[in-house]
Amino acid sequence: MSGGAFLSRIGFSVLAALLGVLFALPLIWFIFAPFNARAEMGLALPDPWTLSNFATVFQNSFAVRALFNSLIQSVGGVILIGAAATLAAYALSRSTIPGKSAVTYVLLLFSSVVSGSAAMVPIFLIISAMGLIDTQLAVILVFAGGLLPTAMFILRDFIDGIPKSYEESAMVAGASPLQAFFDVALPVIRPGIVVIVVWAFVNIWGSFLIPFILLRSSEQMPASVAIYSFYSEAGTPIVTLLAAYALIYSLPVVLLYLFVSWRFGFRFFGGIKA
Amino acid sequence: MASVVFENVTKTFGSFTAVAGVDLSIGDGEFVCLLGPSGCGKTTSLRMIAGLETPTSGKIFIGDQDVTGLHPKDRQISMVFQDYALYPHMNLADNIAYPLKVRGESVEKRHGRAREVADVLKIGTLLNRLPSQISGGQQQRTSLARALVYPSRVYLFDEPLSNLDAKLRLEARGFLNHLQRDMGMTAVYVTHDQAEAMALATRIAVMDQGRIVQYAPPIEIYRRPATTFVANFVGNPPMNLVPVEAAHGDGQLLLSADGLALGGLPMSSGVATALQASKALTLGIRPEHLTVAAPGAANAISGKLFANENMGPESLVTIERADGSRVTARIFTDDHIELGADVTLGFSLEHVHLFDSTGARIPADGEMPL
Repeated sequence: MSGGAFLSRIGFSVLAALLGVLFALPLIWFIFAPFNARAEMGLALPDPWTLSNFATVFQNSFAVRALFNSLIQSVGGVILIGAAATLAAYALSRSTIPGKSAVTYVLLLFSSVVSGSAAMVPIFLIISAMGLIDTQLAVILVFAGGLLPTAMFILRDFIDGIPKSYEESAMVAGASPLQAFFDVALPVIRPGIVVIVVWAFVNIWGSFLIPFILLRSSEQMPASVAIYSFYSEAGTPIVTLLAAYALIYSLPVVLLYLFVSWRFGFRFFGGIKA
Repeated sequence: MASVVFENVTKTFGSFTAVAGVDLSIGDGEFVCLLGPSGCGKTTSLRMIAGLETPTSGKIFIGDQDVTGLHPKDRQISMVFQDYALYPHMNLADNIAYPLKVRGESVEKRHGRAREVADVLKIGTLLNRLPSQISGGQQQRTSLARALVYPSRVYLFDEPLSNLDAKLRLEARGFLNHLQRDMGMTAVYVTHDQAEAMALATRIAVMDQGRIVQYAPPIEIYRRPATTFVANFVGNPPMNLVPVEAAHGDGQLLLSADGLALGGLPMSSGVATALQASKALTLGIRPEHLTVAAPGAANAISGKLFANENMGPESLVTIERADGSRVTARIFTDDHIELGADVTLGFSLEHVHLFDSTGARIPADGEMPL
């Protein structure tokens, strides 16, 4: 190795390490601060380690119920999106309707409008006219409308890559189209559905604007909104409680990722000879 | 088991005609190969028997039943797919027993039956494995087992051996041949491999551009190819085709072409008819009927040596004629010949095939059925 190459390699390593530290610092704070009774914005080792922040957070019944509300909205949305996207994507992939790809692209175009801030006023008016303001259902429906097109698009692409001979062999062997779908096609496209489910869950779980606009009463608010209850009257954050609540709030998403990669992975298991 | 009949079946995809007015009758217990290049309509024809495609016009019968619009599940047929289509989330036992599951059989009964079939196909010890955990040859036999596990009227094969390596393919081909003789199954088998068709079929339907060009037993396809297309598709290597100029001479047929030395051929009524249309005929001669002959020999064709490929028991000797066209001979001696040397390939007149200007075979007078 020449001297120049050695120096540039050292330079690169130092730069990479600096960048790594830059990204790691907030995460380290995120893990330390919840266990520190005197946490501030600065990074500090908890001394002593304590769970008192969590104890205080759990006394805030509004915040605790908000976590439950987040779960209802996310799980409800995920079930609706997962089921509808699977059926729609399967039909769009396997049917021979002319112009089916145009349908997908138009839907995809509108999806960014539906869940974007530009559509907030019309969405509010529609939900209001339906009499669904301040209901969990309103949040679930709006998210389903916004996320479904992209979910269908991703899943259709996934199903397009799966040979039709799976279902064809099942039907020749005596299965009805419905049996072929549930016995053969559905298990084979499950890895694709898992991707959609995780993606939709993370989207809904982390969203602030839509529930903030569509919900009124504190009993309905999700955690992304409730996190503001850890701000003082003056608008300054109560760092200790905010940190503890933020950690609890982020756990379900982390657990979901861990569960999915343990239980399903994102693999495809063969059986078709290419 | 049952017969299969195509009645003037046409299938179009948009502006593309995949199958053009095919009539085909497959007898009960016959093993018919649909043979042809890719895009000739053979797979589409097979998929129409299965019900995976619906004819644009025409009718298809299985036995006496008109199945033209019938769903695949109601046809009582089996099919082996080119990609095997084994269900990746089921073990081999469940894969093989799936047709019995949709028929409502109990778990014990269907697994018992799956084991029987698997034992015959020598995959009985693998029943707990997933398809991804077995070899390609074992996957092929699993898909065959799934087709054999239930009673079926017709067995359909869509290039089932094309994904196997050469040695396994020969082994599987022999097994299929045995199975057909053993069971007397009615089978329709799609392939682009002429050797597979010759080895397995009781009759071969050679297809080209959506039509059946010739439908006959393998020996007839080989000995009396109906057109230059069939002659050029069947045989390994295929028949040599040499364009020739025909003339009358003393009640005999005289053929001339560059490098061709040929005495008079008998003037048959078929040739006389063909000559009324055009004097441009095609002479066909199979590589295995050519031998290296002395220069100036009668009934021979000559050119410069282009390639000499030694295959072990035989050599493929290819010569290039003055116009650049090539003629290949299968020679069962291993004489050493220099590249570029003048080579004369001789043949006997009984092995000469003649085709008219449209490419159709000209029959000899008084030809007996084979």
